[in-house]
Amino acid sequence: MGPPLWRSHVCSRRITIDYLVFAGQRLLQATLVMFVISLIGFSIQDNLGDPLRELLGQSVSEAEREALRDEMGLNDPFFVQYGRFITNAVQGDLGTSYFFKRPALQVIADKFPATLDLVIGATLIIVLISVPVGVYCAIRPNAWLARAVMGISIVGISIPVFLTAIFSIYLFAVTLGWMPSFGRGEDLVEIFPGWKTGFFTKDGFAHLVLPCVSLSSIMLPLFIRLIRSEMREILESEYVRFAWAKGLAPKRVWFLHALKNTMLPVVTVGGVQIGTMLAYTILTETVFQWPGMGFLFLEAVNRVDTPLIISYIIVVGLIFVVTNTVVDLLYTWVNPTVKITGRGR
Amino acid sequence: MNAAIRRFAQSNFMYSFGRDKVAMVSFAILAAFVILAFSAPLIAPYDPYDQTTIDIMDSEIPPAWQDEGEARFLLGTDAQGRDMLSTILYGTRISIIIGVCAVLMQMFLGITIGLVSGYVGGRIESFFMRLADIQLSLSTLMLAIVALAIFQAAFSAEAYSDLAIIMLIMVIGFAEWPQYARTIRASVLAEKKKEYVDAARVIGLGAPTIMFKHILPNTLSPLLVISTVQVANAIISEAALSFLGLGIPVTKPSLGSLINSGFEFIFSGSWWITAIPSIVLIALILCINLLGDWVRDALNPKIYKEK
Repeated sequence: MGPPLWRSHVCSRRITIDYLVFAGQRLLQATLVMFVISLIGFSIQDNLGDPLRELLGQSVSEAEREALRDEMGLNDPFFVQYGRFITNAVQGDLGTSYFFKRPALQVIADKFPATLDLVIGATLIIVLISVPVGVYCAIRPNAWLARAVMGISIVGISIPVFLTAIFSIYLFAVTLGWMPSFGRGEDLVEIFPGWKTGFFTKDGFAHLVLPCVSLSSIMLPLFIRLIRSEMREILESEYVRFAWAKGLAPKRVWFLHALKNTMLPVVTVGGVQIGTMLAYTILTETVFQWPGMGFLFLEAVNRVDTPLIISYIIVVGLIFVVTNTVVDLLYTWVNPTVKITGRGR
Repeated sequence: MNAAIRRFAQSNFMYSFGRDKVAMVSFAILAAFVILAFSAPLIAPYDPYDQTTIDIMDSEIPPAWQDEGEARFLLGTDAQGRDMLSTILYGTRISIIIGVCAVLMQMFLGITIGLVSGYVGGRIESFFMRLADIQLSLSTLMLAIVALAIFQAAFSAEAYSDLAIIMLIMVIGFAEWPQYARTIRASVLAEKKKEYVDAARVIGLGAPTIMFKHILPNTLSPLLVISTVQVANAIISEAALSFLGLGIPVTKPSLGSLINSGFEFIFSGSWWITAIPSIVLIALILCINLLGDWVRDALNPKIYKEK
C-alpha cells in the first residue's frame, strides 16, 4: 500500500463557512420534510375512521357523543389538534393500536429487528457480490464472462422482487424442500436488548437465506451495472491515463486509483437506495410471511388500524430523511469537487 | 407523408435496428403481446368478466399439455374456474394500459415542469428541483404503497375497485414525474444558449411557443430513452401494488393480481395459476428493457461515433 492519497484528502478538508451554511440548509430541509410527513399523518388520523366508534361502539346517544368529542378536543380547530398531535409525537406517543391494544410505536419497535435482519442480509449480499463483479466487468468489458453478467443482469432487473421470492419458495422450499418457506424460525439470539437476530443460529440463518436473496435480487444487477459504468468512465479519465503513463502496476491503478473514485457516487446511490429497500421489504415480507414492519403495515391497512398506519409512515419517513441527510452531508464533506452553493447536482 | 416514411426508413435509427437481432426479436415479441392483449375481446375463448360463464366445477384444471388437462382450457383454469388464457389476455391489456397511461401522465407533468424550470429559471426552478430531489429520495414505490393504502382504507372496497385503474395511473404517474423533469431541464439548459432560441426570441415569439415548439422537439431523444425504462418500471410497480392487494381487484385481474390470487395455491401444487402470468409479465418487461437498452445505444452520439 502506498501513501493514502484519499485519506489525506479527507484530513485536509476543513469545515468551512460554506459547508456550515449547506449543512444548515440541509437540516432545515429535513425538518420541513418531516413536518409535511407529520401533517399527512395527522390528516389521516383526522379523516380515517372515527376514534369515538372505536372507543364506544354504536349504542351511545348523539348528545353523549358530542360531549365526549368536546372533552377529547376533537372539535378544536385544526392547528390546535395538530399541535397536540405533534407534542405527543415528539414525546414518542403516536397513539394506541386498535388491534394490539398497545402503544403503536412499541408494536413497530418489536417488529423492527426482523426487518433490520432482512436489510442487513440483503445489503451484505449486494456489497459482497456487486463490487467485485462490477469491477471485473469494467476492467474486462469484452470478456465473455462480463458479457454474460451484463446479459443476466438485464434479466435480473426485469424480474420483480415478489416473483423472485415466489419462485425461490416454489423451487427451494416446496419442490426441493431444502429451505423453510416462511417465518423467522424459532431459534433466535438476542444480541442487543430487544434485538433478536437469526444470523447466529443454523435455523435462523436458514430462514434468512431465501428472503435476503429475494430482497437483493433487483438491486444487485442495478449496482453491478452502476459500478461497471462509473468505473469505465473513471478508467477513461486523465488521471488514470497519467497513472498508466507513470508505469504503475495494473492492480495499483485499478484498485487504488480508480476504485476509490468509483465508490464515491456508488455509496451515495446506495444510501438513497436504503429507502427503496424498505419499500421492497413490504413485498418480501408479504411473500415469506416475515414478521417485520412491512408485513405489519399491510395488516394494519387491512384492519384500518389508523394509529399503526400513521406510526409506520412517520417511522419510515424518519428513516428516509435521516439516511438521506446523513449521506448528503458526508458526501459533500468527503468529496471536495462538489459545488456546495450550486442548486441541484 | 411518403417522403417522411422513406426518410425514417433510411435513418441511422432504423439502420441500427436492422442490424440488432436482440432489438428485432424483442420488438416482435412485444408487438405480439400488445396486439394479442388489445384484441382480447375478439380472440379470447371466454369472457373472464362474465360471472355466468364461469363454473366452479372447472376450477384448478391444469394446462392442456398435462395429463389432467382439458383441451377447452389451453392454459388451465384458476381457483374460481376461469380460463387462464382469456384472463391473462385481458390482464395483460390492463397492465399495458396502466403502464402506458401512467408514463403519459409522468411525461405531461415532467415535461411541463422541466421546460418551465429550465427556461424560466430562478425561484421556480430551485423550488421544483428541490421538490424533485425530495420526492426521488423518498422512493416512489414506498410513496405509491402508502398513498394507495390510505385510499383503500378511506374508501369502501366496492368504490375502490371501480376507481382502481384510475388510482393506479394517478399514483404511479405522480410518483415518477421528477425523472422527466430533471432530464428535460438538463436538455433545456443546454438548448437555451443556442442561436435558434435567440432568433426565435428576437422575432418576438412568446415563451410558451419557444418552449414547446422550438426547444421541446430538440430534447426528444433523451425522452425516448427514459420512456422505455419508465414503461417497464410502471408495469412492475403496478404488478407489485396489485400483488400486495392495493391495486387492481381480483374480479377484473391485471397480471399482478392474478399472480397474487394464485400464490396460495402453489403450495398445493397448482403452480400454473401463478407461473404462467409471471412468465408473461417477465417476458413483457424483459422485452421493453432490452428495447430500452438498444434505444439508449442507438441514440447515443458517443457510441455512434465509435462504430
